[in-house]
Amino acid sequence: MKLLNAKWQILRKHSIAPNIKEMDIYAPKIAKVARPGQFVIVMVDEYGERIPLTLVDWNGSEGWIRVVFAEVGVSTMKLGFLDSGESIYYVSGPLGVPTHIDKFGTVVVVGGGVAIAAAYPIAKALKEVGNKVISIIGAKTSNLLIYEEKMQSVSDELYISTDDGSRGYRGFTSHILENLLENGLRPSLIWMVGPTIMMKICSDIAKKYNVKAIASLNPIMVCGMGMCGACRVKVAGKIRFTCFEGPEFDALNVDWDELLLRLKMYKEEEQLSLKLFLGKVMRNGYNG
Amino acid sequence: MVKVKPRVLMPKRNPIERIRDFNEVTLGYSEKEALEEASRCLQCPNKPCVYGCPVGIDIPRFIKFIKERKYEEAYKLIKSCCPIPAITGRVCPQEKQCEKLCTLIRLGEPIAIGALERFVADWAQEQGIFIEPKSNVSRNGEIAIVGSGPAGIVVASDLARLGYNVTLFEALHEPGGVLVYGIPEFRLPKRIVRKEISYLIELGINIELGVLIGKTISIYDLLDEFDAVFIGAGAGHPRFLEIPGENLNYIYTANEFLTRINLMKAYLFPKYDTPIYRGRYVAVIGGGNTAMDAARSALRLGAEKVYVVYRRTRKEMPAREDEIINAEEEGVEFVFLVQPVEFIGSGEGSVSKIKLMKMILGELDETGRPKPIPTNETIELQVDSVINAIGFNPNPIIPLTTPEIKTDRKGRIIVDKEGRTTMLNVYAGGDIVIGEGTVIEAMGWGRIVAQTIHRDISTKK
Repeated sequence: MKLLNAKWQILRKHSIAPNIKEMDIYAPKIAKVARPGQFVIVMVDEYGERIPLTLVDWNGSEGWIRVVFAEVGVSTMKLGFLDSGESIYYVSGPLGVPTHIDKFGTVVVVGGGVAIAAAYPIAKALKEVGNKVISIIGAKTSNLLIYEEKMQSVSDELYISTDDGSRGYRGFTSHILENLLENGLRPSLIWMVGPTIMMKICSDIAKKYNVKAIASLNPIMVCGMGMCGACRVKVAGKIRFTCFEGPEFDALNVDWDELLLRLKMYKEEEQLSLKLFLGKVMRNGYNG
Repeated sequence: MVKVKPRVLMPKRNPIERIRDFNEVTLGYSEKEALEEASRCLQCPNKPCVYGCPVGIDIPRFIKFIKERKYEEAYKLIKSCCPIPAITGRVCPQEKQCEKLCTLIRLGEPIAIGALERFVADWAQEQGIFIEPKSNVSRNGEIAIVGSGPAGIVVASDLARLGYNVTLFEALHEPGGVLVYGIPEFRLPKRIVRKEISYLIELGINIELGVLIGKTISIYDLLDEFDAVFIGAGAGHPRFLEIPGENLNYIYTANEFLTRINLMKAYLFPKYDTPIYRGRYVAVIGGGNTAMDAARSALRLGAEKVYVVYRRTRKEMPAREDEIINAEEEGVEFVFLVQPVEFIGSGEGSVSKIKLMKMILGELDETGRPKPIPTNETIELQVDSVINAIGFNPNPIIPLTTPEIKTDRKGRIIVDKEGRTTMLNVYAGGDIVIGEGTVIEAMGWGRIVAQTIHRDISTKK
């Protein structure tokens, strides 16, 4: 008898922007029940970290899930090195509470950087039930702007920003959000998915205009099942676990400064680990 | 008065050497030591020790086999009651169970039952003793076990031996539950856990990793495919002190700290990718076994000073006596009669001080221990890392996603005496039912529930 491990095989892998990969993984149990806003925990190999990745798409009948990630650290680089046909060591999910999808009226979805892909299933679901979806997406520069067409297809209005102005508005998504609110837009809800600093600023803007907002948080996580508390955040003064009570929380009540500090907890270790990893890859190639 | 020989002490590595690595501290009996210790057993006809064993091992009989050097017989006897003797021999609080009832206590020291159990189990692992695991009957009945910790292991192995088809679902990437994420390598080597778990696979039990029941598969969907579902999801949800500063950096829950070290192998970073902060001045809050494990792990990560901060005194500490002694020998410093009231940050978001309220002991509370009462005096402790080991609540995910399964106000799943939950064909046991117990208590529950499931399925058919 052998240990029955699910396959977790990579079916497709595409580079969709420099250092950003889109990957379809065979995970039929997860694909069958996944909902917008949920995520998986992935371990690339037996030495790997447990990292959360938001589900971008899935197909229950074909049994696959899709993730999009930027290769910024050892874990995501290792994942990016795997090719279709190869298997991932461990994938668990779908985790987290799904996005509450309802007909709210007019909603705004803000997506920043690689997390535009994570905003896509939320925007899509909101559109499907008849909301007017206004999307704002932004990236550092035009060739890092991902999922533009997909977001276009599920949005009534789409606004684009790049930090350097190489595509769309020059500046940040938060500028566009502020502009829209200043000009009288009053959405029922704002969703924000992206870098923590972007979500903090957007949340301040939402507060200023007294609009309800939901943020999908991305803290450091280990277990993903309510056991360790690595992902704890403070919301309205209370300790909450992002893994099973989130990842979405009332943005206006998140303690953003604390979350920003917690994200820096392993900066030194991450840099050391990355340096060693890159050195090894340069000497021997991956798997060397 | 009869003079009895003193107990044969289990050899241990010396503290200065052992705090430099995560290798096992206790070394186990040699054959000679085991024979000598076994010879002390009085072979009481009424077997008081057996009543102290939650899984009912026939202790005098296995000790008699040792005396006769029939180790294989001893092993088979133990294994018929306890599927993981190499583990229970190491982590059971024998002094509170079987050994507490030993007749020898009245004449001196009790027989070292745990050490002898471990001797037999390790001997069998070394010899590669194989017990024909297959049941000679095959029964119709599909059983799902949720959680591969101590409770799940017993239910799974008992029912597999009765001939049922058993599938064990584990959310993490390694089976064993608290045995792999919680208990450190220096107390319970993971190769021992893997060996003991391999017995489950030999029994024909399917183990599915990465499946979080309640999320990947709901209890409702499990019931479509399985005749009975056993929930042994444990009490792995950490409690907080609810005081200012609790989310400062490098304040860990014991679960996170131990999971990073034990399951993710952060002590071998950067060979393994998961990092851990190696604090120089570490405070561990709590007085249980988890606190001892965390304190001793922090030492092994290179801390200069590790404090255990406890609100009562040494006498009331719930940790095993052996583990307290191990921690003391290794240089852990105990600060008694204090309760944290605030964590103070460095300005860059990391913890730098704990403010502690001095306590005095008052009347006995509902747990039978004196109640700590705050004075108005506080002291401060300089630290760069804190580990909260004050305790755990049951994991909330299954009750949250399955309202039919009722829980009490502490979040524990409510069951009848035989382990049935409020939902038909769903059973529960272990820490998710009792709160915070020991490995063997969870196993004792497992034994009871396995019998219940067997009876319920048999009467249905």
